[in-house]
Amino acid sequence: MDIDVSLSDPPSDARASGAAGVDLHRIARHVRWHILNTVAQSKAGHIGGPLSMADLVVALYFRELNIDPHRPDAPGRDRFVLSKGHSAIGLYSVLALRGYFPVAELATFDHGDSRLQGHPDMRLTPGIDVSTGSLGQGLSAAVGIALGARMAGQAFRTWVMLGDGELQEGMVWEAVNSASRFELSSLTAIVDVNGLQQFGWPAVDGRDRFDRSEPWAHVDLAAIFRGYGWNVIEIDGHDFAAIFAAFDEAGENARATTRPTVILAGTIKGQGISFTRGTYTWHNGVASEEQLATARAELMIEGETDESAA
Amino acid sequence: MKAQRDVWGDTVAEIGLTDPSIVLVDGDLANSTKADRFAREFPDRFIEVGIAEQNMVGIAFGLSTLGYRPWLSTFAVFLTHRALDPIRMLVSQTGANVRLAGAYSGLLNGSSGKTHQDVEDLAIMRAMPNMTVLAPADEVEAAAVTRWASDHEGPVYVRIARDAVRQVLPHDYTFRLGEAVTLRADGDIVLVSTGVQSSRVVEAADLLAAAGIRARVVHLPTIKPLNEASLLDSLKGASLLITVEEHTVIGGLGGAVCEVLGNYPTSPRVVRLGLDDQWSESGPDDFLLDKYGLSAQRVAEQVRSAVTTHEAAIASSGAATREEGIR
Ligand SMILES: Cc1ncc(C[n+]2csc(CCOP(=O)(O)OP(=O)(O)O)c2C)c(N)n1
Ligand SMILES: [Mg+2]
Repeated sequence: MDIDVSLSDPPSDARASGAAGVDLHRIARHVRWHILNTVAQSKAGHIGGPLSMADLVVALYFRELNIDPHRPDAPGRDRFVLSKGHSAIGLYSVLALRGYFPVAELATFDHGDSRLQGHPDMRLTPGIDVSTGSLGQGLSAAVGIALGARMAGQAFRTWVMLGDGELQEGMVWEAVNSASRFELSSLTAIVDVNGLQQFGWPAVDGRDRFDRSEPWAHVDLAAIFRGYGWNVIEIDGHDFAAIFAAFDEAGENARATTRPTVILAGTIKGQGISFTRGTYTWHNGVASEEQLATARAELMIEGETDESAA
Repeated sequence: MKAQRDVWGDTVAEIGLTDPSIVLVDGDLANSTKADRFAREFPDRFIEVGIAEQNMVGIAFGLSTLGYRPWLSTFAVFLTHRALDPIRMLVSQTGANVRLAGAYSGLLNGSSGKTHQDVEDLAIMRAMPNMTVLAPADEVEAAAVTRWASDHEGPVYVRIARDAVRQVLPHDYTFRLGEAVTLRADGDIVLVSTGVQSSRVVEAADLLAAAGIRARVVHLPTIKPLNEASLLDSLKGASLLITVEEHTVIGGLGGAVCEVLGNYPTSPRVVRLGLDDQWSESGPDDFLLDKYGLSAQRVAEQVRSAVTTHEAAIASSGAATREEGIR
């Protein structure tokens, strides 16, 4: 077997960039703008899911992950799997601001002959570790990566972002079982618990139709993960302090326990822009000129450049 | 012009009014597939399973054992790939009364890309015994096929397109299982197509006619079971046969046609057009149709070059003549 362990040494600027006074709020505002604006220009794409996970992904790439944008294939890098692949534009926006490719390239999203496909493609885009798009498969891929790392004596960690609706896929639970059975403490899953999936459902005749709008309204997700033998951390997924604390705890779990960790991040679908917030109707969508102007103002983009964000 | 998914959604909701056995099982995509209309009309017969396609199929099968007649609604790719094993064992092997509506079939799915494109569905579904496989050409046929499938006993897969195409069938059209539908009668060069690609092939025939090449267009809404006699009849006098599908050239329409023609020693040469053995990508409809050779323009070009090659082959071999072919 040919395993390159040359990057067991951490890349130079990895953890520092988040810590060295980079304003993550500001970066997150720009990420949100790129999500809405890029999809509007491409005339197709998802909005609500990318916006709800934005703060978490910014925190990962600007503070937590042991990565080097100039060496996206470095064997010792931490891995990140966007299992909810429909939120690709959120990840692309973060990768661009982090320096994996030019911000201007975002404009090619969803166009023909583009490196930025509607769903992440590990063969095309620098920084994408696993191809996704068909929901429910990312956690299994991450289990295989974490298992392989241990077998190969690699110290890197593996992160996965899942949607709460996505957890309805059976394959997710097969992987949840495998992760604890193989004692993969280096694996951390984040669930973007935004309480909505694609098809919303207004109350009918005053009756509760929660099964159709809130993926897990009837279930104690934390108890289920605990039952499977996972460490469980529940946080507000829009509070950077809480996110950092959760990441630190997951790191401690990786070192000190034999259990994988799940961070159940309470979020709001469409967070950060008034008209997309808290509604399934912006699961995907194309903003009008007027809506773009509103969002620009709300996100305080005027007078700021992308470069200044990162 | 009305998109097939809109027609399907409206038609199923309409049928629901008179047939209380129709239930709709959704995989969190009702607002894309247009199952949401049925959901609003008949909330008690609308079953939202969520993002769990294998589970959807199992539940639909269970319902069918009690006399319900479920329609399933999700993207084609998640039925024919993700849920294939349950479809195979619970639906196809039992002959269950389950109707599979494969929405967003083919290449064109609003730029979602290869993860969501389904260009293998016909090959996969037609390989299974008991499975009826239908691919309507336009809005008129989508409505007819939806009605037919709702009444049919046994498993049916219907290929539904996301985006509208030019209508090619008359409003009083009647769908007949297995039968070939001739859309342009002229010519001994015969273009055989299926699904919404048939509409683009009619446009291609118009372009060819303008360039002095007369091409017949035969549409096959039924991929399985094919009515062999009807197909052969529609191909009478053909010297060159070109199949065109928004699907891989492996095992779909072209494959099915070749399997039939292989039984006949005087069959014409067959050229199969469609997706080559490669994955596609994200992009607007026009871009994808053009790049992957399925736009009317690109089909016409490929037909012209096939005709040139064919005629050169005849001239050099002298063995075949233009008169040869199915009689
Ligand atoms: C297997 C599969 N089934 C269906 C879809 C279509 N789909 C894309 S996003 C989505 C809803 C996802 O909801 P959730 O996981 O909660 O994501 P978020 O709310 O973060 O957007 C659906 C049904 C898919 N991509 N894959
Ligand atoms: Mg969600």
